[in-house]
Amino acid sequence: MSTPPPIIPDADGVIAQFLVRWPGFALEVDLRRPGRGVTAFLGPSGSGKTTLLRCIAGLEPQGRGYLVFKGEVWQDSGRGLCLPTHRRPLGYVFQEASLFPHLSVRRNLDYGRRRAARSQPGPHPVALEQVIALLGIGHLLDRMPDRLSGGERQRVAIARALATSPRLLLMDEPLAALDQARKAEILPYLERLHDELAIPVLYVSHSPDEVARLADHILVFADGRIRAAGPARDILARLDLPLARDKEASSFLDGQVLAYDPAYELLHIQVPGARLWVPGAHRPPGARARVRIQARDVSIAIGVPGASSILNVLPARILEMGASEGPRLLVKLGLAPPGTDAAAFILARITRQSRDRLDLTLGQQVHAQVKAVALME
Amino acid sequence: MLEQIDFAAIRLTLELATTSTLILLVVGTPMAWWLARTRSRWKGVVGALVALPLVLPPTVIGFYLLLTLGPHGTIGQFTQWLGIGLLPFTFAGLVVGSVFYSLPFVVQPLQNAFAACGDRPLEVAATLRAGPWDRFFTVALPLARPGFITASILGFAHTVGEFGVVLMLGGNIPEQTRVVSVAIYDHVEALEYAEAHVLAGGMLVFSFLVLLALYSRNSRPWT
Repeated sequence: MSTPPPIIPDADGVIAQFLVRWPGFALEVDLRRPGRGVTAFLGPSGSGKTTLLRCIAGLEPQGRGYLVFKGEVWQDSGRGLCLPTHRRPLGYVFQEASLFPHLSVRRNLDYGRRRAARSQPGPHPVALEQVIALLGIGHLLDRMPDRLSGGERQRVAIARALATSPRLLLMDEPLAALDQARKAEILPYLERLHDELAIPVLYVSHSPDEVARLADHILVFADGRIRAAGPARDILARLDLPLARDKEASSFLDGQVLAYDPAYELLHIQVPGARLWVPGAHRPPGARARVRIQARDVSIAIGVPGASSILNVLPARILEMGASEGPRLLVKLGLAPPGTDAAAFILARITRQSRDRLDLTLGQQVHAQVKAVALME
Repeated sequence: MLEQIDFAAIRLTLELATTSTLILLVVGTPMAWWLARTRSRWKGVVGALVALPLVLPPTVIGFYLLLTLGPHGTIGQFTQWLGIGLLPFTFAGLVVGSVFYSLPFVVQPLQNAFAACGDRPLEVAATLRAGPWDRFFTVALPLARPGFITASILGFAHTVGEFGVVLMLGGNIPEQTRVVSVAIYDHVEALEYAEAHVLAGGMLVFSFLVLLALYSRNSRPWT
């Protein structure tokens, strides 16, 4: 491996084409992503997300394919070229933390950092101190892994991967093995990662919630193929994807705090096409805020509804009606005052009876009554 | 009560067990690593060959080794060609016999220890830029440490307890091939029960203490 990989001049980002066949399973993907941002692989277990991630890391010896990262060919099975895992400048976070049990936290962090420093000399874009601060593990450095909680272990594992200054970060359901409280503990760190480090991330998940908070772009997997790809918000609002059939099907809106009402403890938030009252703690005006609205918390009214306990009644237009699921169906609403284009979407889950009784039609102007809006940290 | 010749037998037994265990660890580690990780169809064959001494009478191993290492055997002719003479009835011959005889007691705990750590730690190490040798020495070996302790104890203790192979291959030459188990046999043959008691009792206590150490350290001595 003394010859450097050939450079393709105008290639940027990741190109991955893989074909894996096992008895009862086949993965066939052709993926192109820019060299920045968080791309989520979303889909049920067994749909090929993890297999693709392992192929990209070089951990699946049967994976035949073609992989170019920022102009460097990492794999070209047709020409018999396959860079072994330890020569690919990537970081990998496994589902379970997988710290080396015989090494302290500090030596776990040093394990990859030292080796990476040897194989890629020169200044390192990610400093160890920065990683330790980012993941809040400064007080754990001298502990052994068996003295850490599940959440702490996963934070150390993420830090260990980052400490190698990876040029590509692969994360395989890093939160799946954790309970709700531990997830809530780690998610803010992952969000900071996204905001503070300019490393492209491929993130495997089966949780639309997690993906909504972290991803810029989503690839939806089913049966070893990519079924849909696009910006996170658009994909999460698609009615034709299995995501919409999830009991928790939700829409996510990015907005800005307009004001805080301390008397009622409500935030007033501007999202594209609407203003929302959301329960929450004080945030300064102008702060970014992402909210989640579950489809089952949205009902549809014709005309202006009368006095009601519901805080958020938003003018909206029916953009799409999904296929029925038993007695119910999903409706995609564009948030828009009459006569304007919809700037954002929310989903409403209503009964078929209501659809027929109200005689809902595509393009109709209605009001969305939103029973609950959750502020995402 | 014990004579000079008995102390020589004890010293020789300990030297034999130490030498054999060290050689077994060096030879057994790559075998165990291969057996733990291979998907080759030869795995079963090699595994069965390694386990053979568990079931064969030691006299069978001794007999075939005697033939192979002897003046007309392939290895015997090779050692003569090398100018080191013949191995039977020498200390080196006993070491060769012991290595075969105790092989499964070293390879199997190591194989189980390597299998128990699984692929994941090695995959993690690979994503942290460690090459294959690096992964082996910095991850696989440390994680298999309990297996190495078990393998060393069992290999040593089992070699101390060998009799049949020694008798076939080494005979009974004081200070060269006369180990404790053979010395006990001699004492009994000569009706020197007092001396036999001291040596046999010592072996009993030694073996019990070794196994006690092993079983109190880990309830499953094979891992």
